[in-house]
Amino acid sequence: MTDALPVGERRQLAPPIDETGPFGWARKRLFSSWANGITTVVLLVAIGWILSWFIDWAVLTANFTASTGSECRGGGACWALIREKYRLIFFGTFPYEQQWRPLFAVVAMLAMLIFSADRRMWNWRLLVIWGVGSFITFLLMFGQLHIPLSLFLFVALVVGGIGLAMRKAIAAPGEMNAYRVLAAIGAIGLVLRLVGVLPAWSLPIAPFSYVETSLWGGIPVTLILATYGLVFAFPYGILLALGRRSQLPLIKGLCVGFIELIRGVPLISLLIMASVMLPLFLPSGVTFDKFLRAQVAVILFAGAYIAEIIRGGLQSLPKGQFEAADAMGLNYVQKTTLIVLPQALRVVIPPLINTFIGFFKDTSLVLIIGIFDFLNTANQALVDPNWAGFPGEVYLFAAFVYFCFCYSMSRYSKYLEVELNKGTRR
Amino acid sequence: MAATAHDLSNAPSVITLTGVNKWFGQFHVLSDINLDVKEGEKIVICGPSGSGKSTLIRCINRLEEHQAGDIVVDGVTLSNDVKNIEAIRREVGMVFQSFNLFPHLTILENLTLAPIWVKKMPKREAEEIAMSLLKRVRIPEQALKYPGQLSGGQQQRVAIARALCMRPKIMLFDEPTSALDPEMVKEVLDVMVELAREGMTMLCVTHEMGFARAVADRVIFMDMGEIVEQNEPEEFFANPRNERTKLFLGQILHH
Repeated sequence: MTDALPVGERRQLAPPIDETGPFGWARKRLFSSWANGITTVVLLVAIGWILSWFIDWAVLTANFTASTGSECRGGGACWALIREKYRLIFFGTFPYEQQWRPLFAVVAMLAMLIFSADRRMWNWRLLVIWGVGSFITFLLMFGQLHIPLSLFLFVALVVGGIGLAMRKAIAAPGEMNAYRVLAAIGAIGLVLRLVGVLPAWSLPIAPFSYVETSLWGGIPVTLILATYGLVFAFPYGILLALGRRSQLPLIKGLCVGFIELIRGVPLISLLIMASVMLPLFLPSGVTFDKFLRAQVAVILFAGAYIAEIIRGGLQSLPKGQFEAADAMGLNYVQKTTLIVLPQALRVVIPPLINTFIGFFKDTSLVLIIGIFDFLNTANQALVDPNWAGFPGEVYLFAAFVYFCFCYSMSRYSKYLEVELNKGTRR
Repeated sequence: MAATAHDLSNAPSVITLTGVNKWFGQFHVLSDINLDVKEGEKIVICGPSGSGKSTLIRCINRLEEHQAGDIVVDGVTLSNDVKNIEAIRREVGMVFQSFNLFPHLTILENLTLAPIWVKKMPKREAEEIAMSLLKRVRIPEQALKYPGQLSGGQQQRVAIARALCMRPKIMLFDEPTSALDPEMVKEVLDVMVELAREGMTMLCVTHEMGFARAVADRVIFMDMGEIVEQNEPEEFFANPRNERTKLFLGQILHH
């Protein structure tokens, strides 16, 4: 080497050839030694044998067209059963001729979830998406909604309150006045309603026939229980986690007590308590919908678990982050929402999604108290004596549907991790 | 030294500590600290590790709570009243040993956060101030990057700019160069010297004795929770009176 390079530059050599390209890769990873080579071959043969058996059973010799169970027997998988029963499996006992409604409700919910997955929507748009999406979903499911005046007032109070608390620093001129008016209308209205000055008026929206929750079933039930369970459990879990780290002994004690109590009992016992025991304690005449009670049980249960995960994230933050925020003069709410939570939640995305996936599947426990979630309606498809004897096909189908949802969540978790850590990795 | 030869005797006091005591459990970390800081004064605090020097400046903006004595900052007496604490924190900027930038925010967002949320400053104005300060610490081109993409020296300069964004009257530096690679110490000290020349009131916990000689009006030596000795830098380094000071200076100035 005679030609000198300028200061600060250097010659770089290309990496060795043998590690690149498919052949290099295969030799290095699959056939690097006799033992590795034999293992590779044995595993390939085993995978091929199992796959060929499965394809033969599930596709080649499968029956897609039989009209009764007896025609189905002898060959491979009886997918005709799914074809015959898919409406029952997907929508349960929802009135048959009305089943387009849960179908569109599911579409609305999926659209809502897909839109909120996009990070660019994480602002006021999210509220609109969930407001509209939930309205459509429940209007389709119930058929008729009577929206009480107090709900409007409550929404006004919450929107105004959030605006007052969070937008103060960055509000446009006049914006804060709008929040003040909203919050005032909400607060005064609610008080007047409680005192009885305002009547128990409600806005009736009734385009379809009313279908009560006991007739709901299948995919929409699973989706509603899981989605709204987690959507409410998430902020609730955050509050519990923050409360558990509070300096105030009473708040801390309450949060610890609640978390430990809920974590200490199985979800099933909580569901049974909600469905059987709660009505015994309520004054006669006061009833809550069983579906709502199960929903609340799921929220409470998931909240406790989510709280502990988020607490892990909070503890992973260096003390310096809190000190820097303090030294700058941020107050508790600002420090928590601007500095602490954004970082803590990023850290806990993998365990959080793990819990979400777990709870999505755990909602199937509501079959214990007689709610027809997706797994339960799949079970119902087996009851028909004409089609007895094909549990494998039905459960495989149910497993496939669950897998689609859970795998999407898992992929989304991966995407979110990459997306949120863009540029911030050290 | 020319840079420090201005007369502070008529300047008003901005920080007054009277009989301040603090314990960590049974450990008496600050004992009977009396300190009066004039407006525009630059004080360097040194001492062996564990002598309470960081704790002392952290008491001034209430990152640590003192248990006895009075701390008055810019006319406000530090108490448990959140209003007072927030008022003091608005006037006092702090730079930490480990930078403590917010890793999930860009450099610009790090700088504008407090002006926007604490001072309720319009975003555009805050960004203008932030950019002018980034120019001052000589890294305006990094504004849209994240802290993790910057070197230690750059991060610490950002941290200084972030503290200055609040237009503080007083700046506290808690060992600002101790976590830096040697080749980055100078770029941070240069910024601090510049700041000192502009008349900022500064309290620096540091072992950079060159910095102390260049800008300090007073060097304070602390040991075992007490202020052992304080003097003008020339006198402090040339004729330390206390045995402990001599020992300490002998240890850090041995080359």
